[in-house]
Amino acid sequence: MSGFLKWLAGLNPFAQIPLVIGAFLLVAGILIFFIEIAPRTGRRYTIIRALVCVFAPVTVFLLLGSIMVAAVVAAILGGVFFLLDYRARSGAGYLFQLIGFLSPALFLLAIGLVYPTVATFFKAFMNARGNRFVGFENFVFVFGQEANRVAIINTIIWVLVVPAFSTAVGLAYAVFVDKARGEKILKALVFMPMAISFVGASIIWKFVYDANQADQPQIGLLNGIITFFGGQPIDFINVAPWNNLFLMVILIWVQTGFAMVVLSAAIKGVPAEQMEAAQLDGTNAWQRFTNVTVPGIRSSLIVVLTTISIASLKVFDIVQTMTGGANGTNVLANAVYAQKLEEGRASAFAVILFLLVLPIIIYNVRQMRLQKEIR
Amino acid sequence: MSAVAPIDLPVDQRTTAQLARGEKAIERTTLKKSKDRLTSKGATIAAIIIAILWTTPTFGLLVTSFRPPELINTSGWWTIFTNPGFTVSNYDAVLNGEATTVTLGQAFINSIAITLPAALFPLVIASMAAYAFAWIPFKGRNILFIGVFALQVVPIQMALVPLLSLFARGLSVGDTEIFAGLGAGGNSYGQIWIAHTIFALPLAIFLLHNFISEIPQELIEAARVDGAGHGQTFFRIVLPLAMPAIASFAIFQFLWVWNDLLVALVFADGAVGPITKVLREITGNRGQDWYLLTSGAFIAMIVPLIVFFALQRFFVRGLLAGSTKG
Repeated sequence: MSGFLKWLAGLNPFAQIPLVIGAFLLVAGILIFFIEIAPRTGRRYTIIRALVCVFAPVTVFLLLGSIMVAAVVAAILGGVFFLLDYRARSGAGYLFQLIGFLSPALFLLAIGLVYPTVATFFKAFMNARGNRFVGFENFVFVFGQEANRVAIINTIIWVLVVPAFSTAVGLAYAVFVDKARGEKILKALVFMPMAISFVGASIIWKFVYDANQADQPQIGLLNGIITFFGGQPIDFINVAPWNNLFLMVILIWVQTGFAMVVLSAAIKGVPAEQMEAAQLDGTNAWQRFTNVTVPGIRSSLIVVLTTISIASLKVFDIVQTMTGGANGTNVLANAVYAQKLEEGRASAFAVILFLLVLPIIIYNVRQMRLQKEIR
Repeated sequence: MSAVAPIDLPVDQRTTAQLARGEKAIERTTLKKSKDRLTSKGATIAAIIIAILWTTPTFGLLVTSFRPPELINTSGWWTIFTNPGFTVSNYDAVLNGEATTVTLGQAFINSIAITLPAALFPLVIASMAAYAFAWIPFKGRNILFIGVFALQVVPIQMALVPLLSLFARGLSVGDTEIFAGLGAGGNSYGQIWIAHTIFALPLAIFLLHNFISEIPQELIEAARVDGAGHGQTFFRIVLPLAMPAIASFAIFQFLWVWNDLLVALVFADGAVGPITKVLREITGNRGQDWYLLTSGAFIAMIVPLIVFFALQRFFVRGLLAGSTKG
């Protein structure tokens, strides 16, 4: 495969796109074709299955360039499949098909996410170059230094503030815009920041937050307003600890659109009869909102809150571009990137980040289980 | 006797008051619609104010990108109304590459070359896996699915360095080499394609599974009765039906990959850097050259904005494919 990629690299980018897509679709198509062929009975298909048992290891060898793995694949296909299919209750070829569908995804996930996660866990206990076990030294470094503790606290504040505000504003906006005229345009305007990269958003907000000396004309919008009313310009992004809040505003600005779209669709899903019944009972708008709408959209609220929480835990681009983590604005995600030369310490940061995310996973998994039961 | 309470029940005062309010509500809705519109007018005004607040920063950037550099550095963009100075020189300067490893034009092409395959590959792989999770019963299916879902929250930072060394050096257990590194970095997009595919898989599998599992069982069974195996069912029935979810996730993935910075920083070095990387370089190294920043940012934003506005309706469907029913 590296041979193919090397050859591809020498071409014009616009030629690379169709070629690589075509190659990929070809491989996927062949896989599906063989999946389809696998369980058919008869002499011809048995021969085809035997051929696959020969060619698949060869392909693996060509892809990965290693005889070891190819031999392992051959052993699995040849021996184990025969045994299992021989005794399979779901019919011959069933396991073959299952593996065929699942294996690309599971293989990629294993090498791309599972292995690195496990490796990072181990690396967190190793030294900077990863060859000596140092126990909890890296964690001592993380919690020992003031700057790192600030980063952890900042991260936690981000996770608490951003989802709350984004969801609140998104919900309010969704309720306001519901059935208004120009609903689509209003929604599109608020959703637009989601299409902008975080780097682009940081640049946009640089023009809002910029601060010049008091006697010079202001470029930043906020300072322009402040000086227009006769105040002193404030250096928003450099004054700790409030600069964190101003950075959070950027993420809120982006994520509110997401919250609004999901919650708006959920609000439209609240049965109209319930609203009418509440109206007939003489409730006012606020009571209808809290007693009918909010319980009705509860599951969507949870989805929105957890998604934005995960996003704010991972936020890296905003901090990196606006301040680089200086002036007390550092967050864990940025610290991992900044420490990337010190593998042990970067891994320690990453482990702490993962531990912070863990409660959200567990909560989400529970919600999923409940939903599966309802279905 | 009112229309609401045709029978004279013994009611206390509070309930009477409530019922009276309900009657008034009926009258209001049937007779005086204008009063209702007044309350929602207040809401509409509030919504418009929020929309203006949300759009102003972006608008500021757009205006600034058309102003000459001297004006940008010395006066706020709102003064354009009193002090107009319109120019396209910023776009010119940033497109013809003043000072970064790779010109903006080249970075734009890189972005396209990275994003298109990286949007397609996860979809194909994820739809196959989602079909397996949805319609091929096997032991341990639920646990495995939850595991894949949980992988969604692995911070990318955790996976970066091990993946990078995997690409560079391959994998060896002890002395035996399991597979060799790609070693093709430098001018190849291979690393970043694979990286983006991997990171997109958990969410993709989750979203597509939610959609595919809602396909009526009768359809699948009918196909089974007609003699279709899993492959044919997948290709001929599931794939066409799941197209809306696939399309909306494709758009999502396109936006995400186009706007991504972190994965690009690590896996796309040098000549294959996408546009976000170039933007960051401009911001970081030449923080004071704001005229470059503004036009660069807008060029980077144009494609996602076009994609977004053109394909808006698919977004909502895609976002909802992952959450609950109504």
